[in-house]
Amino acid sequence: MPKIIKDGKVIDDSWVIIEKDFSGELPRAKVLLPMQYWLDNKDTLNLMCAGLWLDSDEDVDTIGLEANQFPLIAVNFPTFADGRGFSIGRLLKERYEFTGQLRAIGSATRDQLFYLKRCGFDSFDLKEGIDLEAAAASLNDFSVTYQTSVDKPEPLFRRS
Amino acid sequence: MYVYNEHDQKIIEERVAQFRGQTDRYLAGEIAEDEFLPLRLQNGLYIQRLAPMLRIAVPYGLLNSKQFRKLAHIARTYDKGYCHITTRQNIQFNWPQLEEVPDILAELAEVQMHAVQTSGNCIRNTTSDQFAGVAQDELEDPRPWCEIIRQWSTFHPEFAFLPRKFKIAVCGTKGDRAAIQVHDIGLQIVKNDDGEMGFKVLVGGGLGRTPVIGSVIREFLPKEHLLTYLDAILRVYNRHGNRANKYKARIKILVRAWKPDVFAHEVEAEWDNIKETPASLTDEEINRVKSFFTAPDYQPVDDNDAEKELTKLSGEHLAFSKWLQRNITAHRVPGYAAVTLSLKPTGVAPGDITDQQLDAVADLADQYSLGEIRTTHNQNLVLADVKKSDLFELWQKAKAGGFATPNIGTLTDMICCPGGDFCSLANAKSIPVAEALQRKFDDMDYVYDLGDLSLNISGCMNACGHHHVGNIGVLGVDKKGEEFYQVQLGGSSDSDTTLGKVLGPSFGREEMPEVIEKILNVYIENRQGDELFLDTYRRIGLNPFKESVYAKDH
Repeated sequence: MPKIIKDGKVIDDSWVIIEKDFSGELPRAKVLLPMQYWLDNKDTLNLMCAGLWLDSDEDVDTIGLEANQFPLIAVNFPTFADGRGFSIGRLLKERYEFTGQLRAIGSATRDQLFYLKRCGFDSFDLKEGIDLEAAAASLNDFSVTYQTSVDKPEPLFRRS
Repeated sequence: MYVYNEHDQKIIEERVAQFRGQTDRYLAGEIAEDEFLPLRLQNGLYIQRLAPMLRIAVPYGLLNSKQFRKLAHIARTYDKGYCHITTRQNIQFNWPQLEEVPDILAELAEVQMHAVQTSGNCIRNTTSDQFAGVAQDELEDPRPWCEIIRQWSTFHPEFAFLPRKFKIAVCGTKGDRAAIQVHDIGLQIVKNDDGEMGFKVLVGGGLGRTPVIGSVIREFLPKEHLLTYLDAILRVYNRHGNRANKYKARIKILVRAWKPDVFAHEVEAEWDNIKETPASLTDEEINRVKSFFTAPDYQPVDDNDAEKELTKLSGEHLAFSKWLQRNITAHRVPGYAAVTLSLKPTGVAPGDITDQQLDAVADLADQYSLGEIRTTHNQNLVLADVKKSDLFELWQKAKAGGFATPNIGTLTDMICCPGGDFCSLANAKSIPVAEALQRKFDDMDYVYDLGDLSLNISGCMNACGHHHVGNIGVLGVDKKGEEFYQVQLGGSSDSDTTLGKVLGPSFGREEMPEVIEKILNVYIENRQGDELFLDTYRRIGLNPFKESVYAKDH
């Protein structure tokens, strides 16, 4: 079974990512639906076993406050240099009050884990071949931070 | 100046440890080249033409003598005995070994320095006026605000992978010495009708291949909202900036495509959501940071007596009087002056300084200027708090050290990027052009007669040498593998920031001294009274220059 990092630990994961151009019958599994598929099929979908994923160029405001219908939302990083996902993460958690699991998928790297965690991501499906146990250590590269973010709602100067 | 507390120190030390681990993994083949690239860039490390280049951050250009001695030590120990002051007030080493960079960063951390975000597609070092805090025309010292921005931007989790690099400059004066109009964000400290301090916010300025003057998107931003407003601008840019084409990825392209008023509207809409959050500044924090920049305990100096003595010494020493004219800036405290040490003597790459000179400047700073030194975007150094009664002694020592060339603000005080001698982006060399021009125009009386004149040289269209805003701008271009130089006239980086206009077809390197001479002759022939080069150009336009330079020989 594929492995991911969740809450700092390496665990098995069974979510299946459904591709953007998918058509036909959904597999009987925990599926991550592409955002557009969900929008197109909203009225008929049974969301019991569904999470959602969106790409870095998709508009998180379209999901908005409906985010909490999903137990898991994944954000794709098509390349590690595409930093839009960091804003998407914060908006989901801070503006749209998403309380479920927030996952980075695609090309995010070990050395981005600390920033991703700060932006509200709590699970990470990294590329194959990465030593996940070692990578998880990078979640704690820093013990002090200046800014507010999802993990620290107050900036350093307001923390006691 | 700002002194790190235990949190600031810890963050920088953890950064050193992080980069040491990343470097080890890279050297062990565990990080791919393309993934290591942004990691090393965000620690200031480029791979250049001949060797790596390490760019050290000098937040808003302020350093103390201890830090200067550390830089001298690094130049001696890890490099070839010199370093380079950049046009963004930072310091570059040209010859470090990749394997030793974590050690260099550890040494820097000992003196509260780092190379954080000096490159890469992130928020870069915030720059400011080299005379901040001592300028006579200052509304408020911009440095506390620069430090607040430094802390906010350091490892900002949301904005480390922007579409492109992002530069912020702050000035506290009406006249602009920080080039805020050609930055991604320019902040000018202003007072509103109620007498409250805040910021005028400009966005979307920049040089590079598409030079643009920034647009004002907010006339007055209350100071407590500074960081949330910056967050809003950056978030709009991070979400909507162009990521497909790196030449169209700077914020200026987005602002221009949307139009400034639409961009402003988007920022305001975003800001409405986040302004009343804990991220807004507290008076306590503003005052904490300001407390590091209070006026030092100036010893009283009798201004009249000091001036009399300077007049007498000027009469006796012509070179000293020239130095007083060109290298001294008025100070807001009577009896004091700010001194610019020139790093532009003939025969040295503009902005270069040796380890011995670094040590010597540290000594001068300790003895004459409260132990502080500033770097300038014109690639010189400033001792900002010198007693007028010490100027003669300081001048003698500066002369011995090789940085008393009395040429500040003149033709030979050129801004010049490292160019093709070092930089792998460059299309052409720039240092040899600067040197040829300095040798051609080595008659100081001629240079003084020309008066204030900026000549800026960039080795490629990335414009590190700010050629667009030089009165005379020189741009290195590549034509079928050969180096040529395009000339622009009429640029200015003052409060009336203007982009220069291209004169015409480019020239070979050996032609450049003669071309510049012809341009200067047109000015000399046409100037009225004590008109400066820029004034004459603005009055007579490009054509007379064009006709003279491109006239066929008879």
